[in-house]
Amino acid sequence: MYVSPQREPLIKGEKDYATITNDVTAPMAGKPGKYWFMGITISTTAFLLGGVATFFTVWFGIGTWGLNKTIGWGWGITNFVWWVGIGHAGTFISAILLLFRQKWRTSINRSAEAMTLMAVACAGFFPLIHMGRLLVGFFIFPYPNTRDVWVNFNSPLLWDVFAITTYFFVSLLFWYVGLIPDLGTIRDRAKKVWQKKIYGFLSFGWVGSARHWSRHESLSLILAGLAAPLVLSVHSIVSMDFATSVIPGWHTTIFPPYFVSGAVFSGFAMVLTLLIIARKTMNLEEYITIGHIESMNKIIIATGSIVGIAYLTELFVAWYSGVEYEQYAFLNRATGPYWWAYTIMMTCNVITPQLFWFRKIRRSLVATFIISIFVNIGMWFERFVIVVTSLHRDFLPSSWTMYKPTLVEVGLYVGTIGLFFTLFLLFVRVFPVIAISEVKSVLKTSGEKKK
Amino acid sequence: MEKKYYKSIEEYQPIDGSPNNYKNLAKNHIGIDEPVSGSPSSRRDFLKLFGFAIASAAVVSSCEQPVRKAIPYLIKPDAITPGKASYFASTFFDGNDYSSILVKVRDGRPIKIEGNKLSSVTKGGSSARVQASVLSLYDTARYKNPAISGVEAEWEKADAEIIENLKAIKQSNGKIVIVTPTIISPSTLSVIEKFIEEYPATKHIQYDAISANAISLANQSVFGKEVIPSYQFHKAKVIVGFGADFLGTWLMPVEFTKQYSKGRKVGHNKKEMSYHAHFEAGMSLTGSNADKRIVTKNSQQKIVIANLYNEIAKQLGENTIEIPASPVDVHDVAQRLLAHKGESLVVCGSNDKESQVIVNGINYLLGNYGSTLDINSPLNLKKGNDSEMETLTKELNKGEVSGLILYGVNPAYNYQNAKGFLNGLKKADLTVSIPSLKDETAEECKYLCPDHYVLETWNDYEIKPGNYSLSQPAIRPIFNTRAGQETLLKWAGVETEYVELIKSNWKKNIYPSSGFSGSFRDFWNTSLHNGVFEKAVGGNLEINYSKSAIPSGIETESSEGLELELVESVAVGDGRQANNPWLQELPDPTTKVTWDNYASISVRLAEEMGITEGDIISIDKQLSLPVLIQPGQEHKTISVALGYGRTNAGAVAEGVGGNAYPLVQHNRQTRIYSKTGVKVEKVEGEHEFAKTQSHHSMEGRPLIRETTLSEYIEDPASGNEFHEKVKHHATTLYEKRKFEGHHWGMAVDLNSCTGCNACVVACSAENNVPVVGKEQVKLAREMHWMRIDRYYSDDIENPEVVRQPVMCQHCDNAPCENVCPVGATTNSSEGVNQMAYNRCIGTRYCNNNCPYKVRRFNFMDYTQSDAIPLNTYDPAGMTVDLKRMVLNPDVVIRSKGVIEKCSLCIQRIQEKKLDAKLENRQLEDGEIVPACAQTCPADAIVFGDLNNKDSKISKFFADERNYHLLEELHTLPSVGYLTKVRNTEAKATKKKEIKH
Repeated sequence: MYVSPQREPLIKGEKDYATITNDVTAPMAGKPGKYWFMGITISTTAFLLGGVATFFTVWFGIGTWGLNKTIGWGWGITNFVWWVGIGHAGTFISAILLLFRQKWRTSINRSAEAMTLMAVACAGFFPLIHMGRLLVGFFIFPYPNTRDVWVNFNSPLLWDVFAITTYFFVSLLFWYVGLIPDLGTIRDRAKKVWQKKIYGFLSFGWVGSARHWSRHESLSLILAGLAAPLVLSVHSIVSMDFATSVIPGWHTTIFPPYFVSGAVFSGFAMVLTLLIIARKTMNLEEYITIGHIESMNKIIIATGSIVGIAYLTELFVAWYSGVEYEQYAFLNRATGPYWWAYTIMMTCNVITPQLFWFRKIRRSLVATFIISIFVNIGMWFERFVIVVTSLHRDFLPSSWTMYKPTLVEVGLYVGTIGLFFTLFLLFVRVFPVIAISEVKSVLKTSGEKKK
Repeated sequence: MEKKYYKSIEEYQPIDGSPNNYKNLAKNHIGIDEPVSGSPSSRRDFLKLFGFAIASAAVVSSCEQPVRKAIPYLIKPDAITPGKASYFASTFFDGNDYSSILVKVRDGRPIKIEGNKLSSVTKGGSSARVQASVLSLYDTARYKNPAISGVEAEWEKADAEIIENLKAIKQSNGKIVIVTPTIISPSTLSVIEKFIEEYPATKHIQYDAISANAISLANQSVFGKEVIPSYQFHKAKVIVGFGADFLGTWLMPVEFTKQYSKGRKVGHNKKEMSYHAHFEAGMSLTGSNADKRIVTKNSQQKIVIANLYNEIAKQLGENTIEIPASPVDVHDVAQRLLAHKGESLVVCGSNDKESQVIVNGINYLLGNYGSTLDINSPLNLKKGNDSEMETLTKELNKGEVSGLILYGVNPAYNYQNAKGFLNGLKKADLTVSIPSLKDETAEECKYLCPDHYVLETWNDYEIKPGNYSLSQPAIRPIFNTRAGQETLLKWAGVETEYVELIKSNWKKNIYPSSGFSGSFRDFWNTSLHNGVFEKAVGGNLEINYSKSAIPSGIETESSEGLELELVESVAVGDGRQANNPWLQELPDPTTKVTWDNYASISVRLAEEMGITEGDIISIDKQLSLPVLIQPGQEHKTISVALGYGRTNAGAVAEGVGGNAYPLVQHNRQTRIYSKTGVKVEKVEGEHEFAKTQSHHSMEGRPLIRETTLSEYIEDPASGNEFHEKVKHHATTLYEKRKFEGHHWGMAVDLNSCTGCNACVVACSAENNVPVVGKEQVKLAREMHWMRIDRYYSDDIENPEVVRQPVMCQHCDNAPCENVCPVGATTNSSEGVNQMAYNRCIGTRYCNNNCPYKVRRFNFMDYTQSDAIPLNTYDPAGMTVDLKRMVLNPDVVIRSKGVIEKCSLCIQRIQEKKLDAKLENRQLEDGEIVPACAQTCPADAIVFGDLNNKDSKISKFFADERNYHLLEELHTLPSVGYLTKVRNTEAKATKKKEIKH
C-alpha cells in the first residue's frame, strides 16, 4: 500500500518545551567560548579599521576614494546596494513567509531579522559617507526651515531616504515585537538581579497571559502586513537610483523586479552563510535542520534563476532597442576592461546556484556553504558591474576613465563587515537566536517527537 | 590727587636744567596728575589702575582675532566703485607673445585679461598664455628685492655699485653688452640708445629663445629687407604650411587664428572657404586643423619646398632648382596654388635660411606679396640675430666682455650652449640681470635688479609700422621692483620717469604725424584709453625681388635614422611662464597631456623599438623623457616640446618635464630646432601621464558632425541629417517649457574652432576654477569647466582630427536636475542650469547622470575653503594669499565636497542685465559675452538670447548646420554646435575609427 511521504520534521530529537528553552538559551549562559572571543576580536578590529577610513573620508574628502570626473559612485554605492539586498531575506522570511503560513520560518526568522537590521545599518552608512559634505547631510530631510528650501521629491535619492529609514524602523519594530515573549522567558530565567531588571524592562512586563498573546499575535500580523510590501518597495526604490537616470546600463525598466529578486537571492545566501556556522557552533542543528537549509536553497535557486533571466533580458533588450549607447554598454560589460567582474557575476549568480537542482547538493552543508559564499560574491559584483562599468564608459568617449578603489574604500567596506559581525556576535550573546515561543508553537505539529 | 609740595628748590626745578621744567610747572598749576615718588597712591589711582588693568586684560584677551580693517573711502576716487570692475587698456608682450588687452581690475587687483577689440591686430582675441599671464603677476617666486651676490640689498646701494662699475668699464674702454629679447617698444629702444650714448662701448643684442631669424635673413637676401613680413591668412584661398604652427605658437598665433578662422567660416552668404595643406612631422595644432596634412620629415622639408617651387616655376617658365625628387607628391598642392595666384600663402616654420628663401620665391612667383603677405609692413617680432649670441658667448669666454646686462632673457635655461654662456659670464667684471619672473640666469649674475611685471609697468609697442599700443600699470608694483627701462635710464644718468619718456617720445615721433586734431594731451589720453593707436602707413607696394637669391641647387641632409623635432608648447610657450599653474594644467590641444613634456613617437616606431607609452627613452644621452605614442607622427621623427624642465623658476615649474633646449642646433647662421641622426635608447623607468582624455575614438557616435565643402554647397544640412531625424522623432508627454524674458543659449562653430585652448584658461580665470595638480589629473579629477574633446579617425599614420569644446549644455530638460535630492541644481527662468553650492551635499548623482560629463566635483579641499583645518590639497600653491588676489570676487570659490560646472558666466549676465535695467533699456544682442567667447581668437563661440529672433545665436540655432550634442536623449540643450566643414573631396566610405 502506498503511504504518502510525511513532511520532514522541523524540529528534530526528543524535545519538549523545557528542552527548547534550555537549548536556545544555552549560548547566552555562562562565559562566551574562545571562538566567540576570536570572532569579536577580529570583527571589532575590522570595525575600527572602518572608523579610521571614515575619518580619512570626512577629513580629507571623497578624494581619498578612487572616484573621478566620470565615475561618481564606486565601492560606496556598490556596498550600499549589496547590504540593503542582504537585509531583504530577513523581512522576506519573517513577513512574507509568515503571511504564507510557512512554519519552517520559525527556526530562522529571529536571526534573519537581526541580520536585516544589521545589514540595513551597514547599508545606511554608505549613502551618508559618500556625501561630499556629510556635515550638512541633514539637508536631505524635509525639515521645516526659515530659508524656505525644500528637498527635491523627484529625486530617487530622496525616495531612498524614506525607503531605507522606513525599512529600518519597521524591521526594528517587527523584530522587537517578536522578541518580547522570549525576553519574558529570559527575564524569568535570569539569575542575576541586573539581568532580571534589564530583561524585565525590555520585555515590557510580558506575563504570557491570553490577552498578551492575542495582542502580540495581531500586532505581529499587522507589522507583517506592513513589512511585506517593504520587501518589494525598498529594493525597487534602490533600483530606481539607477533606473531613473539616463545612463546606458542604468536606464532600464526591468530594474525593480530584477533588484528585488536579486536582493532576496543574496539575502538568503547570507542567512545560509551565517546559520551554517551558527547552528554548528551553538549546537542548534536540531532546530535549524537540513530541511530548513534545503528550503532556503530552493528559494535561492528560484530567485537566482530570475536574476539570470533578468541578465539575459537586459542583453536582449539592449540589442533589440537599437540604441547604440545601450548596446555598447552591455558589450562593454561583457568584453570591456571590466569583463572579469562581469564573468564573476555571471558565474556566481547564474551558473553555480543551478547546482541546487541536485538534491544531494541542496542537502549538503559544505556545498551549500560554498555556493552561498559564491552568491555573496557574485551579488557584490553584480552591483559593481552595474555601478562602475555603466559609468566608466557612457556617452562621450572623451570622458571615459577607469576606476580603482583605494585603501580607504576597502577600509570602509571591511569596517561595515566588522560592524555587521560585531553586532551579530553581540546579538547571539544577549538575545535568543531562535524565536523560542514561535518554535514551541510548531513543536506539536511539526516536531519529530509528534510525527 | 593730593597737592604736591616740593621739599627743595631742586625738586621744583631739576638741577639738570631740563627745558621741560616750565611744563612741569604749568602742569602743577593746572593740576595735571603727576605722580611723585614716595607719595602713596590714592583711591583714585587705584581705581584708575584697576580700571586700566581690567580694560587691558579685556582688550588683550579679545585680541586673538587679528583686526581686519575695511576703511571706506572718505572721498571716492573717480575710477573706483567698490564691487565694480574697471578695465584698463594695455598690451601684453613678453618677447614672445603679443596681444592687445584689457585688464579687468577689481578693487585695485588685476583679475582677468580680456582681448582688446580696438586692436586691428589681435581684434579682441587672446591666447591661453596671455589669458594666464595675470596669474604670473601674483607668482610667489618673483624676485621681491634687488640683490647683490644673492643677498637682498637696497636699490640705492645696487645702483651706486653698478654705476661705479659701469664707469670703471667705460674708463677702461671695456665692452658692455645688453642682451634683451626682441624689443618692439620704440621707447625701450630709445632707453637703450640713451644708455649707449652714456656708455658708447655698449652693444645691444636681441635674443629670441625660439628664433625665426631665418625668415628675416631670407628676406634680406631676397628682398634686401631684414624683416618678418606680416601675413594675411584671411586673404588666402590656399594656405600651405611647412611645419609652421601658426595657430598655436608661430609668430602671432592670435592674429593668425583670427584671420585663418575668417577664411574658414562658411554660411549662407559665404559658400567658400580656404584650402589648407600642411606638411609636418609631428602632430601640431595647425596640422591637425588642415584639410590635408602631409607627413614629412623635417630633414626632407627643404626638398619638398624646392620641389613645390620647381612645379610652380616650371608652369610659370622660371628656372628650377636642381634637387632630388620629392618624397611626397606636391603636384596637387602646386596646382591649387597656381589656381589661386595672388590669393594663396605658403609659410614655413623652419629656421633654415635656404628653406625660407625658396618659400619667398614661391610666394613671389605666385604674386602673393602685397596681398597675403606684406614685406613693407613687417611684423616687428623675432628680431634676434642668432649668430650674435654665438659671438657673445665666444667673446665672453675670451674675457672680452666686461659688462653684461641680461634684460628679460634667460640663456641659462633656453640657450643651447648654456654651460658655455655661464662659463663666460663668470669672466665678465659686471653681470647684471633684470628679470621680471624668477629664472635660471638671474641668480648667476652678481646684480639682480628685478623688473616690474608687464601688468605693473608703462610701455609702448609698435607691432607693425604705424600700429602702436600702450601698456599701463594695472596695479602698483607688488614687490620692490623697478621698471627695467627706469633702471637703465638711472645707470645712464638720466633721471626721468619712464612714462614721461614714453610721452615725450610719442609727442615727438607719433603725435605730429598722427592726424589727430586735438592737443597732445588728448591724443595721449585717447591712445591710453583705447590702448592702441593705429595709423595707416603709406601703401608701399614696391618690392625688389632678387632672383639670384634663389639657389640653383641645394645640398641635402641625410635623412637616415631617427630625427628629433623641437616644438614650442602651446601651453607654456617658450617656457618663460612655466611657473604658471593654469598653463601647466592646460591639456595640450593634441595629446591632452598636462604637466609634462614628452617624446612623441609614431605608432610604427614604437612597435619597431618595442616601446610602450610611458617608457622612458634617452635622446642622444642628453635628455631622458617619457614616450608618448602619437597617431600622425612621422615614422622616424621624435617630437619634443620646449619650455619644460625649468630648474629655477618656482615650485610649480620645477621638476616638470625635461629641458630640450640643449638639443637645439646651431647650423650656419641660425638656430635649428631639429636634428638628424639622433641616438635613442630605452632607459629604466616608467612614467604615468596626467592626461585629460585617454580614449581617442568617437566610436562611430554622431558627436562631432562633419561634412565637406562640396557637400555643404549642395546641401547645407549635409552631415547633419541626424538632427532632422531626431527632430522628427522627438515627442514628449510634457508641455514644452516656455521661457519668458530671456532664454540664454550658446553655440560653437566647430568649423572655426581650432582647439587653441584660450577659452579653457579664460574660463578658469573668470570662474576661479581650482588647479588640482598632476597627481589629481592622473586620477581624472581636473576641474576645468570647459574642455576641448579631441578625436582621431582614419589612418593611424595620419589621422583626421576633430575637436569639440564642451561645457555645461544647460539642458532645458536636464538629467542632472531631477536627480539631486536637495534641489541644489535647478533650471533658471532664463534657461540656465544653476548650481547652488551652499545647498549641495555632494551625492554626485548629477555628475553620474550628466551625459556630457561636464560636472566637476571638489574631491579635495583644493581652495582651502572648508571648515576642516589641515586638509588643504593645493600642490600648485594657489591658496596662498598672493595668488588668491587673482580670484574673481563675483564668483564664489567652492569648498570640498560640492559639484561645480559652467554657469554661462552668470555673473556677467547679471552684471549686464543690471546695467541695462539701470539705464532703462533692453539688453542688446552681443552685450553679454562669457569669458570663453570673449577670448576666442577664432570667434567660434556665440552667446545670446534665444528668445530674441534677431540675435546672432538665434540665427546660429536656425542654421542647417546646427545640432545639439546627444540630442537624441531629449535633454534639450541650450548649447548648439555647427557642423565642421572640411575643404576636401566628399568621402564615399564612412570613416574608420582609431581604437585605443
